[in-house]
Amino acid sequence: MSTYAQKKGFGATLWDFLTTVDHKKIAILYLIAGGFFFLVGGLEAIFIRIQLAVPNNDFVSAGLFNEIITMHGTTMIFLAAMPLVFAFMNAVMPLQIGARDVAFPFVNALGFWLFFFGGIFLNLSWFLGGAPDAGWTSYASLALHSKGHGVDFYILGLQISGIGTLIGGINFLVTIINMRAPGMTYMRMPLFTWTTFVTSALILFAFPPLTVGLVLMMFDRLFGANFFDVTLGGNTVIWEHLFWIFGHPEVYILILPAFGIFSEIFPIFSRKRLFGYSSMVFATVLIGFLGFMVWAHHMFTTGLGPVANAIFAVATMAIGVPTGIKIFNWLLTMWGGSVKFTTPMHWAMAFIPSFLAGGVTGVMLASAAADYQYHDTYFVVAHFHYVIVGGVVFAVFAGTHLYWPKMFGTMLNETLGKITFWLFFIGFHLTFFIQHFLGLWGMPRRVFTYLPGQGFDSANMVSSIGAAFMGLGVIVMLYNIIVTSVKNVKVGNDPWGDGRTLEWAIPSPPPFYNFKQLPLVRGLDAYWLEKMDGKKGMTPAEPLGDIHMPNSSFLPFMMALGLFIAAFGAMYHVNDKAWALPVMIIGLLVTFGSMFLRSVKDDHGFHIHKEDLMDDDDKGVKA
Amino acid sequence: MKRLAKWRLISLFSILALVLSGCGEPYLSTLKPAGEVAKMQYDLMKLSTLIMVGVIIVVAIIFILILVRFKRKDDRIPKQVEGSHKLEIIWTVVPILLLLILAVPTVAATFKLADVSPMDKKNTKAIVINVRSHLYWWDFEYPGQKIVTSQDLVVPTNEKVYFNLKSTDVKHSFWIPAVGGKLDTNTDNINKFWLEFDDKQANEAGNLFYGKCAELCGPSHALMDFKVKAISRDKFDDWVASMQNVKEPAKAQGTVAAQGQEIFNQSCIGCHAVTPSNKMPETARLAPNLSDFGNRTRVAGVLDHNKEELKNWIRNPETYKPGNMMTGKYPEMSEEQLNALSEYLMGLKVQK
Repeated sequence: MSTYAQKKGFGATLWDFLTTVDHKKIAILYLIAGGFFFLVGGLEAIFIRIQLAVPNNDFVSAGLFNEIITMHGTTMIFLAAMPLVFAFMNAVMPLQIGARDVAFPFVNALGFWLFFFGGIFLNLSWFLGGAPDAGWTSYASLALHSKGHGVDFYILGLQISGIGTLIGGINFLVTIINMRAPGMTYMRMPLFTWTTFVTSALILFAFPPLTVGLVLMMFDRLFGANFFDVTLGGNTVIWEHLFWIFGHPEVYILILPAFGIFSEIFPIFSRKRLFGYSSMVFATVLIGFLGFMVWAHHMFTTGLGPVANAIFAVATMAIGVPTGIKIFNWLLTMWGGSVKFTTPMHWAMAFIPSFLAGGVTGVMLASAAADYQYHDTYFVVAHFHYVIVGGVVFAVFAGTHLYWPKMFGTMLNETLGKITFWLFFIGFHLTFFIQHFLGLWGMPRRVFTYLPGQGFDSANMVSSIGAAFMGLGVIVMLYNIIVTSVKNVKVGNDPWGDGRTLEWAIPSPPPFYNFKQLPLVRGLDAYWLEKMDGKKGMTPAEPLGDIHMPNSSFLPFMMALGLFIAAFGAMYHVNDKAWALPVMIIGLLVTFGSMFLRSVKDDHGFHIHKEDLMDDDDKGVKA
Repeated sequence: MKRLAKWRLISLFSILALVLSGCGEPYLSTLKPAGEVAKMQYDLMKLSTLIMVGVIIVVAIIFILILVRFKRKDDRIPKQVEGSHKLEIIWTVVPILLLLILAVPTVAATFKLADVSPMDKKNTKAIVINVRSHLYWWDFEYPGQKIVTSQDLVVPTNEKVYFNLKSTDVKHSFWIPAVGGKLDTNTDNINKFWLEFDDKQANEAGNLFYGKCAELCGPSHALMDFKVKAISRDKFDDWVASMQNVKEPAKAQGTVAAQGQEIFNQSCIGCHAVTPSNKMPETARLAPNLSDFGNRTRVAGVLDHNKEELKNWIRNPETYKPGNMMTGKYPEMSEEQLNALSEYLMGLKVQK
């Protein structure tokens, strides 16, 4: 049905997206919402660099600066990087395993709307008395000290969007376990699917600690509890543990799908199967596992003592091993290949040195005794931007170019794509490389200004100039998207010509049921195998028959909206506003009412009949 | 892609230029270590950088060879290689060995830096300093010497100085970059560590190191600087003796200053002490101790140390340190009162 959507009016299209349970449309929603928040977070980053370009600057005030850095971090991690990664998982993973949708399409839509309303709630803080200002880590003593409702927006907004992420992760897990096409064994799954799988497992175990921390903080700030109030027997270090038990796996939640995207790009554009596939899978699982063993390296200076610091230092270094395995496997994938430098490949190539730089500073940071110097300085800022921008953001750009034709049926302009790449790549290194040195020269992070005469002036100016280049790169990218969408030149199943996995075996964009007949998978790189055997498409694993599809529903939107309304009630309840409690009750009624409706109303979905599918043949839809 | 190689080369040169020219300021930079702790940490930095540069070179060589050799020229389908056990074992085992080379000294240094046993001995001769961090200022108490000072930490060189760190409001972090890594001042517990200040390096840095707060603590986090006067043990002992000599608030010299002292006694003394003895419990020390204010190097940690800036500060602290705890705690002062007050405060010196 997605192919018909463009013929509808705007209202009908909007309603279609508000009620959709189709993983491909939800992917587009994630891409749009994540892209929007990426621009918001990017704008905040530009403000930060303007403020820090010269010493003693007063572009923004000290308090506002703290709000900007807090929102920059929170927005980029929770509202930009995660949903953008989720966009690709939704768009590609079900296609890669030969499924017609995710296991729970309704829950998939609910996950998106929860994330979306959580993000909107968090950002409304700008217009309702001030954004959170305690850093994206929101350490408890400062968060409790913070006046106004900023931190409340953080707690409630993240709580709502966190539920969305958690159920999204569970959904992906179930999908990958249960819905693989015939012949798609675990060790034949494309690496992006593998990383989605491991990431989803990380989400399942990492988000509950965050939820617990946020609930405790919520009770402290809104309902008079004292979990983190030291004078009343609370403990603030507990917050640090809870946050980082979530926070460290979180960065792997972001980087593993990025690894997955690059593990698709290198084989496609080298025309060569992924080198050391099984060790790549093993390394992915190992990184996911070790990711839970190292959270205290964010707390080396908290004073946990030498035993804890030494153990966590060695554990952290250990992560360097599987990551190194991956880097060399990617290099050897290209070795002996026939490498074509398309835009996605530009990003993938640039990822290797950039991420490597972030990785080696990661090992340096793991050395606990030396970390006492790096910790909370611009060295750390440089490190995590090298891994998150050089890894995740590069992957998002690469994935956008790679999967744009699969998601929208048209190719982004390659020349503009390469211009974006060079602007962003140069800007990125200009901005962040020098920050390693700023940190070593003694500049702490999260400072709203610095005094002249400390040797920080020119380096900060260089860094700010770099940020401008990155901004230009993103603008060219937006222009590219607009131009491409207006031209809308349609492409076929396999627009890059060298697709290896199942998603390239079906039309771009795929029909709403994905596969008319589920494909038979004969090995790794299933579509490539068929192509090499001289076949045009996949061998079907089942006779043509009726396909069972889920109905669209407006209930996910309503469930999320209810929590969004209730959050306002919970927050303003503190101010003894008379309307707060009723609003909270109404909001919860909307949510639970929708859930009740969903439970009592039988929704059996519908069937696409065999005859209608046969008609589709004329349009070139192949299973 | 040749442009990429060129760009790499340029960045390599700029790195070299940076390394050669810029190691930062001697009073602030971790790359100019001025004490045993910073030196140990600097050695670890060098070791880890060396190992990592080795890894980078290996990757760079393979990377460049790929760029040069495997660009698509024809439509051939390359051989599909599954993997290589030999290679995979090599790039698993070699990194493990490299990491062990780094892990051993890391663990050793971590334990060495945490060894504060001398400060817990009874009748210890070691200098112990209780650091208490407050919203945007630092309180330094010398329990053995029974004196208190603020903002400008005074320490003897060439011996281990031990610190008890705690915060009274929100979490901060105590950091003297040139002398050693930081340790957080938690609200929950006391953290302990030691630093050593090298005499020669201290001289090069003008005997004054810059200290920083390294943990986000509110709007004025960036302005929570302090200074460290590192002086020889003899001079330190002199200073301690002079501090101990001040038993009651020093009498102001001259009529203007006397007037200032009167204003101070009416409006300021509720929070600011002008005697260095530590009879008050730490929670009652609401504001920096001003006994030795005349010898400070900065007003409020960030402004130049002169009467004009002092008057500016008292006139409106909020413009200089947003979110501070001083604003609004005292009546507005006339220009004349400000003059008198700053005259008095600038005269507060335990050593002339």
